[in-house]
Amino acid sequence: MNKYTGKGVYSAIAIGKISVYKRQEASVKRVRIQDAEAEKKRVARAKELSNEQLSNIYEKALKEVGETNAQIFEIHMMMLEDEDYNESIENIIETQMVNAEYAVAVTSDNFAEMFASMDDSYMQARAADVKDISNRIIKNLSVDTTEEGGVTGKMIVCADDLAPSETVSLDKDNVLAFVTAKGSSNSHTAILARNMNIPAIIGVGEEFLKEIKDGDLAIVDGFKGEVYVNPDDETLAVMEKKQNEDNEKKRLLLELKGKENETIDGTKINIFANIGGVSNIGAVLQNDAGGIGLFRSEFLYLENDDYPTEEQQLAAYKKVLESMAGKKVIIRTLDIGADKQVDYFNLDKEENPALGYRAIRICLTRPDIFKTQLRALYRASTYGNLGIMFPMITSVSEVEKILEICNEVKKELDADGLEYSENIELGIMIETPAAAVISDLLAPMVDFFSVGTNDLTQYTLACDRQNSNIESFCDTHHEAILRLIKMAADNAHKHGAWIGICGELAADTTLTEQFLRMGIDELSVSPGFVLKVRDQVRNTDLSK
Amino acid sequence: MVTKTIKVVNEQGIHMRPAGMLVAEMKKFPNCNVTLKCGEKTAKATAVMQIMASGIKCGSEVEITAEGENEQAALDKAVELFETGFGE
Repeated sequence: MNKYTGKGVYSAIAIGKISVYKRQEASVKRVRIQDAEAEKKRVARAKELSNEQLSNIYEKALKEVGETNAQIFEIHMMMLEDEDYNESIENIIETQMVNAEYAVAVTSDNFAEMFASMDDSYMQARAADVKDISNRIIKNLSVDTTEEGGVTGKMIVCADDLAPSETVSLDKDNVLAFVTAKGSSNSHTAILARNMNIPAIIGVGEEFLKEIKDGDLAIVDGFKGEVYVNPDDETLAVMEKKQNEDNEKKRLLLELKGKENETIDGTKINIFANIGGVSNIGAVLQNDAGGIGLFRSEFLYLENDDYPTEEQQLAAYKKVLESMAGKKVIIRTLDIGADKQVDYFNLDKEENPALGYRAIRICLTRPDIFKTQLRALYRASTYGNLGIMFPMITSVSEVEKILEICNEVKKELDADGLEYSENIELGIMIETPAAAVISDLLAPMVDFFSVGTNDLTQYTLACDRQNSNIESFCDTHHEAILRLIKMAADNAHKHGAWIGICGELAADTTLTEQFLRMGIDELSVSPGFVLKVRDQVRNTDLSK
Repeated sequence: MVTKTIKVVNEQGIHMRPAGMLVAEMKKFPNCNVTLKCGEKTAKATAVMQIMASGIKCGSEVEITAEGENEQAALDKAVELFETGFGE
């Protein structure tokens, strides 16, 4: 097995046989001529033919890779008409009385050299464009115009370098990947390959071509920019698995983006995303989540050396709400303590932190911290569709206290003349057995429930989730947990509240049908799982 | 002869696509000579390779000169292309 490394330009994996690209190099001889005018006419005819071919390639590229990328061939046509370029060809023919092929070849070398010597990698790569059009003219000057491309069957095309016209002229359906010994990530081959949705590894080095032959099995890993030639069984198995996973992910994206989260019998559910910072919003939008079901506000505290100010928090919340453009954004208030510690809070070391001073318990005993966050949240609410969610609830009195503080905050904002939305939804996490058991009492007080299955599992089963020794006892599908969720769902609906699940269980597709049958209204999962869950929902039929 | 100096706003400088656009537009003024001067390099606005070879980068100043028929219109068009970043 040989491994080569270059620059990967499209993140995908291809496994297949190598085909070494053989270019029909028109060999150029210097021949003395008598009639310069006749020679110039030959150039004109060849240029005309080239122009026609380029215009066909342009049309093909337009369909396959889009206008922006097809434009290169329009520019190639312009280069054909370039005054300096043509003057140079004619001058060489006239002054040296030589054949057209030679004049074009010399001109090509000169112009390519000029670009290659520029101090800009983009311009250096343009030398390939000059050579590409020049070779085309030369080919069209010869009597027998040979067809381009010699690849048959599904192949990994390996070449020294590929000119843009060569890349596009290849039969796209039969190319699994490109590997070139030379070239840069600025080369059009790289850009076009990316747009053709096939992996390419650019610049693996000259040795590569010497050591491969037609028919060799190869793996192209566009993620890492690596090529394996004649891989061993183990590598092959690993890469096949990686390829399948990647294909599945891309299939989901392709088929499910923009589709409804609706079962075969017409039951709908919201699929939202969990995120832990402003930087994850891109992934939320990319995976087509319907909203954010859990925005962990802890990062604001964990990333800071001191309590984040109201303005700092406002800026972050505003950013998320604006980016989601009116889609639901549920922000969970501070949830530190237990496994998440922040120095400046000066929390005591506890014997049993999971059962200790954490989350809402800190907020309710230190209302200064809590109010700062609530003020920021209320002020941000005018920028989108906000929901606020409170963690670690165990009793009715906690919720009463929270609602009281929320009202105080609103009054203070009114007094300060600061605006907030009247449509903020307030909800609580159902992550303690107590909250689930008294969900009939809690539901009338709030707009929604969100089940945190990780903590609910740990507290219900008395299993420390950080302790690997008891992993086998920590059955996340335990009937007790499912009953608690069902109980909370029934009570929520009885009192006009909605219920979501934002723990890891939400992404467990073996439970999706059960959650749908319980009437769960929303599942909030990591961005990468949104489409997987959507796929499951769309394949579920509750009428059976 | 009319002339105007502008600043390049395209992040990647005047690469192939903008150069191509400029040439296509300037060819619509066949009896007018339009030139670009950037530092020590001069390029005809109708010669795509010259323009590219000038290696005009983002932020650099380019003096555009037009001379001949419809020179003001040609200059205005060129200035417009540069100032709008060639639609990028």
